[in-house]
Amino acid sequence: MVASLPFGLAIAWVLARREFWGKSLVNGIVHLPLVLPPVVTGYLLLISFGRKGPAGQFFEQCCGLVFSFRWTGAALACAVMGFPLMVRAIRLSLESVDRRLEDAAGTLGASPPWVFLTVTLPLIASGVIAGMILCFARAMGEFGATITFVSNIPGETQTLPSAIYTFTQVPGGDEGALRLTLVSLVISMAALIASEWLARRAGGAGSIAS
Amino acid sequence: MIEVAVAQSLGAFALDVDFKTDGRFVALFGHSGSGKTTLINLIAGLTRPARGRIVIDGETLVDTARGIFVPACKRRLGMVFQEGRLFPHLSVKQNLLYGAWFAGTVDKSGAELARVAELLGIDHLLKRYPNRLSGGEKQRVAIGRALLASPKLLLMDEPLASLDDARKLEIMPYLERLRDEAGIPIIYVSHSVGEVARLSDTLVVLSAGKMRACGPTLDLMRRVDLFPAAEGGDDAGAVILARVEKHDPDYDLTTLVSRAGEWRMPRLDVAEGKDVRMQIKARDVMISREKPDNMSALNVFRGVVEEIGALDGASVELRVDCKGETLIARLTRFSVERLQLAVGEPVFAIVKSVSFDRRTLGSGWQDLRASDASAGAE
Repeated sequence: MVASLPFGLAIAWVLARREFWGKSLVNGIVHLPLVLPPVVTGYLLLISFGRKGPAGQFFEQCCGLVFSFRWTGAALACAVMGFPLMVRAIRLSLESVDRRLEDAAGTLGASPPWVFLTVTLPLIASGVIAGMILCFARAMGEFGATITFVSNIPGETQTLPSAIYTFTQVPGGDEGALRLTLVSLVISMAALIASEWLARRAGGAGSIAS
Repeated sequence: MIEVAVAQSLGAFALDVDFKTDGRFVALFGHSGSGKTTLINLIAGLTRPARGRIVIDGETLVDTARGIFVPACKRRLGMVFQEGRLFPHLSVKQNLLYGAWFAGTVDKSGAELARVAELLGIDHLLKRYPNRLSGGEKQRVAIGRALLASPKLLLMDEPLASLDDARKLEIMPYLERLRDEAGIPIIYVSHSVGEVARLSDTLVVLSAGKMRACGPTLDLMRRVDLFPAAEGGDDAGAVILARVEKHDPDYDLTTLVSRAGEWRMPRLDVAEGKDVRMQIKARDVMISREKPDNMSALNVFRGVVEEIGALDGASVELRVDCKGETLIARLTRFSVERLQLAVGEPVFAIVKSVSFDRRTLGSGWQDLRASDASAGAE
């Protein structure tokens, strides 16, 4: 989730601020995992990022990164599934930023990258946090794409939902499933509280002003 | 020295302006749609002109012929916008120092910040956030923010337009102090004749994207053709330079002396002996052939008709020279014909004291007198 944040910001900025040929195509590809059945997304990842897939071979050769049937693959699957939600949230808040404030920052000597860092980013902070929470929730609940792409290997690619699923498939696994359910509850609750706290801190000045 | 010669078209609207000035407080005056905001955005670098050049103090900011375009962030021109545009996520102090930080002029001791905060009367607001400021306070912070970026020129796009009359009056003295003390030339966009008459030393009049006149404010305010009634020029009128002579507490009157003679106005809040400028609205000046004796109006000046404006429509502007002081009078065309007024005729100009618009009462006119003298020498 943290790794995909810069990409999310970049894509959201491009979609919100730039007009270019093929924009709707990019928009479509980004949002595809939202509507596609997760199993299909997982299968697409398998054939492109698997050891024999073009992207998979590229990453293995250039940086020795292997995705298929590894925890990295599970992370990639979660990132892909959560990405559209993050982009959506960031893009919406970017579009609501008053461009005139950015102009004002420009007249005060701030170059465009500085304008983004000192004005735009703080103003969209609450949107970014909301996007990250959505992305995180989606990633934690991700089941279909992960199990298709990297299977369900205990200790390597097993995620919370797939572990719970495994427990429910064996007799006497209720206790284990319940334990993991509790863990999920605690993590989700903690994430929600943390996001609330972050949003209130970051949006403190911004939200009152609106 | 400010040199601007730009052309820009936006749909059906075309801006084509060319002026050069040494003014310290240059007002870009025009009604909405005259292109003044378009022009100031071009100077600020927020938009590019189709063609033309902009040179400030010898530095070329735009020259389309030579392919020069300095981006806004490198121009070092402070801009104050109509709506303030303070950063909502930063405190007043952080807002004020935003530009200084990029200009590399943050003063560790805080002396500069303290000086500007004192100049604008915002020293007690530094810890607040913009959402907790009144409209007038916001605008003063915006002016301070632009000032602290140590600009070579301060651009102001109708900084008072979004405020009510009381707030305008609250900020005006600060603008005067800025003009007289900050030492930075100002370009000030406004559609209010009163503001322009009170603050500016140089005036650029825009109309439908074209420049109609450019010159010393005193001279242009004395013209009979620039602010016609038909174009909403209700507030047209000459600017008078005067000295406060004494206050009369019995009748609550203030006596002022100008070249034309003695003026008596409802008590003005200015110390005795101070120099002021005030605009006498053309609609508040009456003309009489004979010296009126039994009359309520307190200000009667002997003068000579110098120029009569265009004789069409209901009203006509008249320029009257009163011993070297100029007054503009607006009369009906009917009256002009009935009194058989003509250039060179002696008349009496009558100004009703109570109708004086005290919002146009301004301080500091040394520069104006200089421009007046040079205009006389021409």
